[in-house]
Amino acid sequence: MLPIVVEHIHKSFGDLKALHDISFTVNEGELFGLIGPDGAGKSTLFRILTTLLLADKGNATVNGLDVVKQYRTIRREVGYMPGRFSLYQDLTIEENLNFFATIFNTTVEENYDLIKDIYEQIAPFAKRPAGKLSGGMKQKLALCCALVHKPKVLFLDEPTTGVDPVSRKEFWDMLRRLKTKGIPILVSTPYMDEAILCDRVALMQKGAIMQINTPANIVAGFGMPVWAMKADNMYRLIRDLRAFEGVYSCYAFGEYLHVTVNTELENVKAYLAPLGHEGLEIKPAKPGIEDAFMQLMQEQNELA
Amino acid sequence: MQQFFVFVRKECYHIFRDKRTLLILFGMPLVLIILFGFAITNEIHHAQIAVLDQSRDSYSQRLVRKMTASRYFEVNRYLSSYKEIGPAFRQGDVKLVVVIPGRFAHSFEHEKVAAVQLLTDASDPNTATTLINYANAMIIQYQQELTGEIKLPLTIRSEIQMVYNPSLKGVFLFVPGVMTLILMLVSAMMTSITITREKELGTMEILLVSPLKPVMIIAGKVVPYIVLSFIISLIILAMGTWVFAMPVKGSLLLLLLECILFGLTALSLGILISSMTNSQQTAMMISLMGLMLPTVLLSGFVFPLESMPKPLQVVANVLPAKWFNIILKDVMLKGAGLRQVWMPTAILCGMTVFFLAVSIRKFKIRLS
Repeated sequence: MLPIVVEHIHKSFGDLKALHDISFTVNEGELFGLIGPDGAGKSTLFRILTTLLLADKGNATVNGLDVVKQYRTIRREVGYMPGRFSLYQDLTIEENLNFFATIFNTTVEENYDLIKDIYEQIAPFAKRPAGKLSGGMKQKLALCCALVHKPKVLFLDEPTTGVDPVSRKEFWDMLRRLKTKGIPILVSTPYMDEAILCDRVALMQKGAIMQINTPANIVAGFGMPVWAMKADNMYRLIRDLRAFEGVYSCYAFGEYLHVTVNTELENVKAYLAPLGHEGLEIKPAKPGIEDAFMQLMQEQNELA
Repeated sequence: MQQFFVFVRKECYHIFRDKRTLLILFGMPLVLIILFGFAITNEIHHAQIAVLDQSRDSYSQRLVRKMTASRYFEVNRYLSSYKEIGPAFRQGDVKLVVVIPGRFAHSFEHEKVAAVQLLTDASDPNTATTLINYANAMIIQYQQELTGEIKLPLTIRSEIQMVYNPSLKGVFLFVPGVMTLILMLVSAMMTSITITREKELGTMEILLVSPLKPVMIIAGKVVPYIVLSFIISLIILAMGTWVFAMPVKGSLLLLLLECILFGLTALSLGILISSMTNSQQTAMMISLMGLMLPTVLLSGFVFPLESMPKPLQVVANVLPAKWFNIILKDVMLKGAGLRQVWMPTAILCGMTVFFLAVSIRKFKIRLS
């Protein structure tokens, strides 16, 4: 029995198509990522799967249970961490955790081994109100609360948004450890660098899934060579490159631009030479998942 | 059961950790009771009057002394001519001018008729009427003092007895009124705000994705407020009794039970409001405009219902506050028992059940 099965889900809010024909499955013990920018429909999908919203069309099951008919059972069995911090700000870490343990008919002690790694990191602040925690600690607490009843499936909606890079890394380390305990996890994130940490990802944009694959395969499927370029005046370089018809795509990526071309690189160099860019540097780059995503996005936009 | 207990405890944390909530819960009743009890009253104390005494004889001076001997009037100034009357009123503090024409004693003794003119500032009609009544009564009393009992061949003597509130204390009207107001405020507004707060902060989302049943969520949020509203009614009753000497002629037990009943009615209204809206702001506006205003204006607590136009009287019937006000006055002042107040009690029960049923039906098991 697959933990999550989504079949042809559609959802609109008025004229806005939030989700369009979404289908995917999450396997036993898999860390599955929904990757996409804000407004891609990730949170809507989470809410449909956690029985909080009804889809317009299509079916979905969580742990073999229908999200519409058997919503009560699903609500008992899953752990859900919404995109917005949704714990009680005026309650302390301890009180929040005990509260959520009790309403799920369990105790913190009973499943302590599951949350131990995470809880120990925030335990020194156990008496502090949740509202006064840093972003990273808030998310750790929220994860503890979502885990405290030993859920059969875990839903984490953008758990690392608004969290500092160090805490983000720690958070993903925890997810990898949780995975070893066999809990299937559906996680969403707008950050591409987190995509490669998932077993499989679905790249989403504007309510549709563009591709589902392992991060490695997505990168491997990226058929073009990528060039990293840099100049003293980056802004002018971007403008000039985008104006050249031989350039297929050009995006800022850290301190370099990632450029794909549909002509010989020599032609691009010849084009740039008379423009007098100082400190121009061109070298081959390894395509990353961002490049794949950008390309897919561009293709989708061209279709539309 | 454990779930429920923990939920209630969580709710208590919210209440006791938020200073604003505490202030509304306990500061408000005290302030309102004191305001209505001492400051806002329609009784007359030390009304400022001006006297234009043109005869300055012993009779006229005795009349003025007679009027100022009561605590109702206080002479603010003596005028010396008609021209000063206008400015005296315009300055604002003079509410009544007593004009005694010249040769007052002479007219009284020889012509058997003496005139006194009373002028009032009728920009506040209620006060003006009350002042005139007070002044008239004193003048008649003075006349009787002067003439002694004159046997007239036929007289109708009206003997007045003010039943249930012999000293006509306004407080007796305001204590039940304030109690109604506060219970409405605490129960309806606070519950609607606390439930919508969960929606606004997103915690409702987590509560929904949990084994908690909707009934449990609502009950857990409401129970602390039932207790609180009961404590507050006790405080108001205690203040009414000890500070304002308000009697409780009927059974105290019945009175307290009725308070709990009204608390429940207001709570169910609060739940209903929260099931219709998603933001604290809206919930508060609905409670204030939709509940507080009608409660103040139409429950018969400030303005008598009987003198309102028919349509408003009909509207007042749907207000729980009207019925609770009737119960309170009957039980506290008239010593009524359940047999006398069964009808308003039944109406309140009916309303509570109705509101609860509607709000449980309307409770959303999903978002939107």
